Amino acid sequence: MRNTLAIFKRELLAYFSTPVAYVFIVIFLFITGIFTFYLGGFYERNQADLEPFFQFHPWLYLFLIPAISMRLWAEERKSGTVELLMTLPVSLIQAVLGKFPAAWCFTAIALALTFPIWITVNYLGDPDNTAIAAGYIGSLLMAGGFLAIGSCISALTKNQVIAFVISVVICFLFILSGFPIVLDFFQGWAPKAIVDAIGSFSFLFHFSSIRKGVIDVRDIIYFTTLIGFWLYANTIAVETKKAS
Amino acid sequence: MHAIEVKHLHKHFGALQAVEDISFTVDCGDVLGFLGPNGAGKSTTMKMIAGFLEPSKGTVTVCGHDVLEDPIRVKEKIGYLPEGAPLYGEMTPAGFLNFIAEVRGIEGSRKEKRIAEVVRQIHLESVMEQRIETLSKGYKRRVGLAQAILHDPKVLILDEPTDGLDPNQKHDVRTLIKAMAKDKAIIISTHILEEVDAVCTQTIIIAQGRLLFQGTPAELAAQSMFHNAVSLAIGSEAAEDAKLHLAALAPVHNVETIGIANGTTRLLIVPKNGASIMAAVSDAVRTQGWPLLELRQEEGRLDEVFRLITTQGPHQGEVFTS
Repeated sequence: MRNTLAIFKRELLAYFSTPVAYVFIVIFLFITGIFTFYLGGFYERNQADLEPFFQFHPWLYLFLIPAISMRLWAEERKSGTVELLMTLPVSLIQAVLGKFPAAWCFTAIALALTFPIWITVNYLGDPDNTAIAAGYIGSLLMAGGFLAIGSCISALTKNQVIAFVISVVICFLFILSGFPIVLDFFQGWAPKAIVDAIGSFSFLFHFSSIRKGVIDVRDIIYFTTLIGFWLYANTIAVETKKAS
Repeated sequence: MHAIEVKHLHKHFGALQAVEDISFTVDCGDVLGFLGPNGAGKSTTMKMIAGFLEPSKGTVTVCGHDVLEDPIRVKEKIGYLPEGAPLYGEMTPAGFLNFIAEVRGIEGSRKEKRIAEVVRQIHLESVMEQRIETLSKGYKRRVGLAQAILHDPKVLILDEPTDGLDPNQKHDVRTLIKAMAKDKAIIISTHILEEVDAVCTQTIIIAQGRLLFQGTPAELAAQSMFHNAVSLAIGSEAAEDAKLHLAALAPVHNVETIGIANGTTRLLIVPKNGASIMAAVSDAVRTQGWPLLELRQEEGRLDEVFRLITTQGPHQGEVFTS
């Protein structure tokens, strides 16, 4: 616990000790703003809620989250510090559980900084604030899913650009797994149960109710299981790749 | 109980046999010099002891803990400087050492005290607040060393600790290693043979993953064909005569001219099988009345032994030991 916390702190500070954090946050806030007001039609809808804000999060995360997660392990492997880290009295799981929450916490900070939009909607109307809170929680959970994928992929390569690109592709598949673009690939030969299972992996599907303010236990289980699975894969990836 | 005990260690990466059947022990008070050409398996062996790589076969125990069964306990006992001293470039030495202390469970006032102590020992005071990536190679190496000794470990494994340092810094690091050696078991790997003489109490030479020599530095030097050779500087007028005369002595293998300058000829008289020939040579000088300028006994050349052992090497697992 103690060393997990130390790794968490180091990792979180690492984001802020380079310009990456500030660039990321500024761009994140800028793009959420554009999406909400222009593409989402925040004013035109004449409704006091944040659905236009949340509905674009999966697409935003698709490109922005891999940018956060790409450095988690790839950088350690490139610079050789993974050898330092893994020869400290720290288990693999502790290292993964120190790094992942740091990235997640960073995302949470970026997300929290969108608070002006929440103030705006409260100023303009009388929104259901519990629904908004649910939306934020759901968005953060989904970000965790993206991050866990990115963290695992980051452990597979020394090259951050490769980590970024592959993470985007895999996240893209997860977003769209309920759509024909992915399902058609399986429809011809896989049993229906498997096609349905793949369909149910869709981020969009699980995020769609949350973003409207409905927190379904199944969606929470989905995202936490997804995170757990990818973090487990992450430990295996680090173990097998750390020395190569 | 040995501080470090390595038994029949093997490591292969796919078809490549990186380390093959290496066994040795290191006790507290010992400094083991790990020698070998590049790619010999030095770093791989050290990585296995430090718990970064898993051995393919064989065991490593550190202070009684098996590195595979109890890796965390082993890592607690070890201070490790990986090859090239990798560090988190965006951190400052202050932040970095603080991080290491926290992970190692050194807390509160003990942490402050211990960091201050190590920083003083390694002379890092002036760079504590600079980003590590902006530091010179020498400082980076020292931050790496500071990290390794921060928890005052029983076992220290330093992969090329003086690589890239200037002669003064090398001297500092060697002094530090010697000062710490009293109550620690230390393994250092190096290319620099003078370092073996300067700090090591034991040496091991490996090449192509195999253990080729195990012994003290003096025993290593004794492997040299120049061990106990005598270097003699006399007036050039007597040189030819001296060469013939000395070459005829029973324990002498051959006599070489190694330099002629300003009317002085320097001869190297190499004995058969490292026999001591100093007495015979000085007798000859006295009875023949050659104009003597210098007479000196060679200890043996480590670089020559190193080359001999690592390029020819014994066959079929036979090990040079003295």
